[in-house]
Amino acid sequence: MSERFDVDAVGDACPIPVVKTLKALRGSAAGDTVATTVDNEVAVQNLFKMAKEKGCSATSEQIADDRFVVTIEVGAGVAVASGEEDAVSCEVAEPESASGIVSGYVVAISSATMGSGSDELGGALMKSFIYVLGQQEILPETILFYNGGAHLTCTGSESLEDLRSFAEQGVEILTCGTCLNYYGITDELAVGDVTNMYVIVEKLSQARRIVKP
Amino acid sequence: MAPGALAQVLREIPSMNNPNVLVGLDTSDDACVYRVTDDIALIETVDFFPPMVDDPFVFGQIAAANALSDVYAMGGTPVLAMNILCFPNCLDVEVAGRIIAGGAEKAREAGVTVAGGHTLTDDEPKYGMCVTGMAHPDRILKNSSARAGDALVLTKELGTGLIMTALKGDLVSEESVLRAVDSMRTLNRTAAECAGDLAVHACTDVTGFGLAGHLCEMAEGSDLSATVSAGAFRLLPESLEMARMGVIPAGAYRNADHFGAGVSFDEDVPTGMEDVLFDPQTSGGLLFALPPADAEVLLARLEDAGVPGALVGSLAPYEGVRVRVRA
Repeated sequence: MSERFDVDAVGDACPIPVVKTLKALRGSAAGDTVATTVDNEVAVQNLFKMAKEKGCSATSEQIADDRFVVTIEVGAGVAVASGEEDAVSCEVAEPESASGIVSGYVVAISSATMGSGSDELGGALMKSFIYVLGQQEILPETILFYNGGAHLTCTGSESLEDLRSFAEQGVEILTCGTCLNYYGITDELAVGDVTNMYVIVEKLSQARRIVKP
Repeated sequence: MAPGALAQVLREIPSMNNPNVLVGLDTSDDACVYRVTDDIALIETVDFFPPMVDDPFVFGQIAAANALSDVYAMGGTPVLAMNILCFPNCLDVEVAGRIIAGGAEKAREAGVTVAGGHTLTDDEPKYGMCVTGMAHPDRILKNSSARAGDALVLTKELGTGLIMTALKGDLVSEESVLRAVDSMRTLNRTAAECAGDLAVHACTDVTGFGLAGHLCEMAEGSDLSATVSAGAFRLLPESLEMARMGVIPAGAYRNADHFGAGVSFDEDVPTGMEDVLFDPQTSGGLLFALPPADAEVLLARLEDAGVPGALVGSLAPYEGVRVRVRA
């Protein structure tokens, strides 16, 4: 079933009409149309160039003195969908897949508790943090667990259910092997995979966004 | 202002026919030149604009580099500058101080004394300088005295307008933005010094009219035709991608409207290059017209000095179009 997405870019200066339209295109499928309303000719020309670059066809209609509607038809196999190697759509916002995973977004958890003070409170906060993290529209690509954080991915952790849900949605769950070994809980890992410092350094150094509770 | 509107406004200024005004309004040059004695000419220019970057110090640096550039483009040495600052009441006065400090830093780098200025309350900040330079009256580099057979050498990379537009939509990487910012705040002093003793016939700096617009003016003023190779230009990273993606500032369309009739693009010129060549530049590089042998020397010196330079084309007798862009 083809859909029509309407984008209101009236009053927006360049490059915002293009940014808004790219965002709508990213959520569209072949056969859909994206109709962007703008108030100036420059925006019309810029949208035509963007559509051409994306391999889509575009038409425009002037509906008033300072109102133009640019309609872009999303063709089959057009590189506007998510996950494509597409420099611009990757840069508009962070690249997002259908499940909301944002590439380059890493959460690093270094303790079983959140914040300093009471460990009991800290444990409850961490549990809540992981739960709420899973309720967000965007999900991290990877969650790293090291030092005391390693307990959270092992049997007995109150966050296992939440973490399994992350894993099912394609989020990479990695726990530091040295840390599991140190705490003697290597056999108790219950979600995700074991990793090493090389991978941890690589994930952290190449991340575009790191969240540390 | 858009080039067409500017020309219309400037028609209101009566011609004064002062023989000591060596360069005035009539040739669309970068600055005016006044002969004081047979050995000394004054070069006067003023330039100011609203911020295109968030950091006030960096904005000051860019605005000053841009204002000073006109003197270098005339073959002169800047000596004195006066600040022009428009500033809103609602902003912290410290921000104004940072803008002025950025400008002062560039002035010092140029060996220029900031000797005064004028401030004004305005809704939007604007900053720039009025710059006085000096040169020998016989060594003034106009934009309208290029000769057939000259080679065209351009310094700096093109695409600042595209990158700064893309920045507003968060569409480009931080590295590309930094590269554009560094380019904009770089003085054209070194580039001008590299050309100092060469047989430069004409020079201009590439700013608001874009490379194609300024080259059009040079070719028209010299009654020649220019041919440039699209592939020869050095571009800021991601600028061509932004042009293709339709992230194009309105100024590029205005330039294309005004100068488009004089510029022809071969069919095999890559998509997006037309927009790059009409992209308005902030504090752009110098465009030199000089004999090919001197161009070789200039390019070697620029490379040694770490200034991006490229041989982008050549000039020939007029043949129906002012600027031809080949692939």
